[in-house]
Amino acid sequence: MSLVESLQVLHERRRDEIIVTVMGTAREWMGIGSHPLDFVYVPSSMGQATSLGLGLALARPDKRVIVCNGDGSMLMNLGSLVSISAAAPQNLTILLFDNGVYEVTGAQSTPGSKLGRNNSGAVDYADLARACGFGHVHQFATLESWRIGLPEMLTANGPIFGHVKVAPIPGAVGPKSPGPAADRAKAFMSQLNSD
Amino acid sequence: MFSGTEIVDLLVELGVTHVVMLPDSTLGLWESALQECNAMELVRVCREGEAWAVAGGLYLGGACPIVMIQCTGMFESGDALRNIIHDYRLPIFAVIGFRSYLNQDTIPGDTCLTFTEPVLQSWRIDYRLIERPDQFPDIAEHFHNCQQKQIAGAVLLAEGKA
Repeated sequence: MSLVESLQVLHERRRDEIIVTVMGTAREWMGIGSHPLDFVYVPSSMGQATSLGLGLALARPDKRVIVCNGDGSMLMNLGSLVSISAAAPQNLTILLFDNGVYEVTGAQSTPGSKLGRNNSGAVDYADLARACGFGHVHQFATLESWRIGLPEMLTANGPIFGHVKVAPIPGAVGPKSPGPAADRAKAFMSQLNSD
Repeated sequence: MFSGTEIVDLLVELGVTHVVMLPDSTLGLWESALQECNAMELVRVCREGEAWAVAGGLYLGGACPIVMIQCTGMFESGDALRNIIHDYRLPIFAVIGFRSYLNQDTIPGDTCLTFTEPVLQSWRIDYRLIERPDQFPDIAEHFHNCQQKQIAGAVLLAEGKA
C-alpha cells in the first residue's frame, strides 16, 4: 500500500486524538490536511518521536496519542519500545510505517530491510515490539487489512504497536517545517491544554 | 551528598510531576524514594536521549518534568536536547550527575572533568554546579529562576564515583 493511502485512512478515522508525525509521515500528513492536535515533529531529533509520544501520553492519559513513525527513525531509538512498555500508557499507539529505506536522503536501504541485510531477511518489527513487551501488536500489509484493523488501534487499551508495510516513494524529499517550531509548540500546548 | 528523601521532598515542593531518569551510581541511590513518592511519577528510559524527548512530550501535555541523568548521558543526548530546548524552546530542567568531580578513585584521569562544563556551555544550558551539601538551597533557587525566565536549566551535581 502507499504511505499516502494509509495515512488517508487514518485521517478519515481520526477524531480528537493527538497525532505526532515525523519525516515522511509528516510530509504526507501535512498534504492531507491539518488539525489543532497535530504535532508535526519537524524539525525532529531523528528517532525521538516515540519518546515524545510517550511523554504526551503520560501527561494526558485522557487523550489518545498516535505516533506515526518510520522504520529508519524506529531503528534509531529501539530502546524507546522498552521504555514505552515499561511505562505502559494505555492511551498510546505507535504506528510504524515501514518502507525499508531512508527515503528523504535518497532511499538508501535501512539495516532493518531485506536489501540492507544482503537479502538475509528483513527485521520483523512486530516480533521486536512483542519482545519489548507490547501486548497489542498488529501487522498490516494491505490497504484493506489496514482499513479493517485501524479502529481497534485507536480505541483498545495500549500501548499498541502497529506495523504498516508501505511502498517507498521514488524521489521523495524531506518534509518542510510548517513554521517556527517554538511557536508551533506553544500553539499546540495552548490547544491541548484548553481541550 | 543528598539523600533520596531530601531530593524527593524538594522536587515535590517545586511542583515536579515526573522524573525522567536513567540512573548512575549516585542518582540511583534516590530511586526507591522516587518510586515510592505518590506525588510524582518516575519514568525510566533506556538511553539518555530519550529522556529529553519524553520530558518534552510531558511538558507539551501540561506536566512539569525534570530529566535526571549522568554527564555521560548528557554527552550522548546532544541532538535530542538541542531539538527540545533550542528548536522547540521547551524549558526543561535537568539534574545532571558530574562523574568523578569529587574524586577520581574509580576512574583516574576521567575525561568527564574535561568536557562536562564546556559541553553544557556549548549547548547554552544555564547550570549551577553543586559541590557541597550547603548548596542544597541553590537547586530550588536555580529551578525557580529558570522557570521564571522560561528557559532550560540544570544543576550539575558533583559526584565521587562512577
